[in-house]
Amino acid sequence: MHDDISTLHRILRECRSIAVVGLSAEWHRPSFFAAKYMQQHGYRVVPVNPRYAEVLGERCYASLADIPHPVDMVDVFRRADDVLPIAEQAIAIGARCLWQQIGVANLAADELARDAGLDSVLDRCVKIEHARIFGGLHWAGVNTGVISSKRPA
Amino acid sequence: MADRLFKPETLAIHAGQIPDAATGARALPIYQSTSFVFDSAEHAASLFNLQTFGNVYSRLSNPTVAALEERIAALEGGRAALACASGMAAESIVLMTLLQPGDHIVAAGALYGGSVSLLAVNLQRLGISTSFVDAGSIEAFAAAMRPNTRAVFAESLGNPSLQLLDIEAVADVAHAHGVPLIIDNTVPSPFLCNPIRFGADIVVHSATKYLAGHGTTLGGVIVESGKPGGLFAWDNGKFPGMTQPSPGYHGVKFHETFGDFAFTMRARMETLRVYGAALSPMSAWQILQGVETLHVRMERHCTNARKVAEFLRAHPQVSWVNYPGLADHPQHALAIKQFRQVEGVPGASGLLAFGVKSGAADAESGRHAGVRFIEAAQFMSHVANIGDTRTLIIHPASTTHRQLDDAQQLAAGVRPDMVRMSVGIEHIDDILWDIDQALLQAKD
Repeated sequence: MHDDISTLHRILRECRSIAVVGLSAEWHRPSFFAAKYMQQHGYRVVPVNPRYAEVLGERCYASLADIPHPVDMVDVFRRADDVLPIAEQAIAIGARCLWQQIGVANLAADELARDAGLDSVLDRCVKIEHARIFGGLHWAGVNTGVISSKRPA
Repeated sequence: MADRLFKPETLAIHAGQIPDAATGARALPIYQSTSFVFDSAEHAASLFNLQTFGNVYSRLSNPTVAALEERIAALEGGRAALACASGMAAESIVLMTLLQPGDHIVAAGALYGGSVSLLAVNLQRLGISTSFVDAGSIEAFAAAMRPNTRAVFAESLGNPSLQLLDIEAVADVAHAHGVPLIIDNTVPSPFLCNPIRFGADIVVHSATKYLAGHGTTLGGVIVESGKPGGLFAWDNGKFPGMTQPSPGYHGVKFHETFGDFAFTMRARMETLRVYGAALSPMSAWQILQGVETLHVRMERHCTNARKVAEFLRAHPQVSWVNYPGLADHPQHALAIKQFRQVEGVPGASGLLAFGVKSGAADAESGRHAGVRFIEAAQFMSHVANIGDTRTLIIHPASTTHRQLDDAQQLAAGVRPDMVRMSVGIEHIDDILWDIDQALLQAKD
């Protein structure tokens, strides 16, 4: 798994489209929070959930295999037990990163993704890591670990 | 960008502050603004729904205050921090976030007087009771736990008792009961002691003392441990406010949404927002000027205090000395475990207490000797504060604890002849000179 600031920084810079597996359309759910935040920060969110036709103004797909275009990251809001087949699909559709959300840590899926050459992140929130590295979370008093003398771009 | 575990001296100067994005200013700008514009109605809605991070109003967050918050979180090895208007505000906000009527606290006895009043008077009035126990007895903490206990509160280094807390042992008692350990770490400062390393879940500071360091500015900070110290299980059923939908935010569940900084978010968005004891940006900036030299000052406070303690112990006009940095202090082993080394010995901060010898053994002549010493000082200042660059002295029996009778004073760790000293960073020879000449004048 990847956990250092420089790798997370690279992943969040390189990935521009994010398939959010298990995205809820309920506005107060963490998955909706995270996806809405990423959308507001310039990422294309591709909802994946068989329960909906559309979430956050984007067409919602029943599974990763149904998405007709490439996605860079597969962001998983599902129970750890459900992640392995999602990892297999992420590899099959050519994603470059498997991201398991905070509270989700399937080690077999992590190993599978890394063996297939994907970046893999476990037990982290994509929104929190984005805000930690690119600003925002700092304003909430969080220890971002960022020490730098460079003016942010 | 390379990941590195930076040392406290570097964190004290850099953590929480990179050059300003708008201007490139290298030092921290003072954002003296009550409010911050929204990019759009949509952006405003996201901020109010906590869906994005940003500044709305300086009672909730402010960019200058945020630099202080992140810096203290980094120095304590915690996940997140919240700054408040004073140390008492920090303590109040922690307890008002955690507790509701019917709840119970187990607290160390002989706490700072303001903390005792908050627990024994103000919270009692709101239906929250406190059992005070001997801070030196782990069994006493365990015996005081009740089914409705929701927090354990203690000081890492007691003031004025100078008693050390065995943080790890007390954390084990709290965690076995499913409640968090809150530690007031004001006296050692985060440079000398990091309670989160020993299992504390929440740390509070009066930033007014060593953090600000110059006796100029009031402030307080709350630090949440998060994952570094082993995340507290807020979802164990005892803290519904952390797990249940928040009525103030349309049903957001803080623990589920914010993970290992959920307590800080809730303290900020539910408690500070409503009680309003926010730190001003100007004060945050002044405190940060102090924090940048925290490590240099604390080392000098420690070495000066140790030399003062050794001088007092050898002085014929002194009957006893209490300083945990002395090798024969009964809790010296704990000091070695919990305090950073300064010049090869545990840095035990700048506070010490001693007894001024009097002609007779009764309480009255002890009190007189203490008062005479205080009044004879030339540059040591008679004030009710600690953690200043200046050497500060006070005679608790005739000032801070004068409303108590002799027996109550002894129970609070205050002897009639006791002088409490916050050793400053003046030249050690001058401090020893002022002590010596005042002791000679105190002779009856």
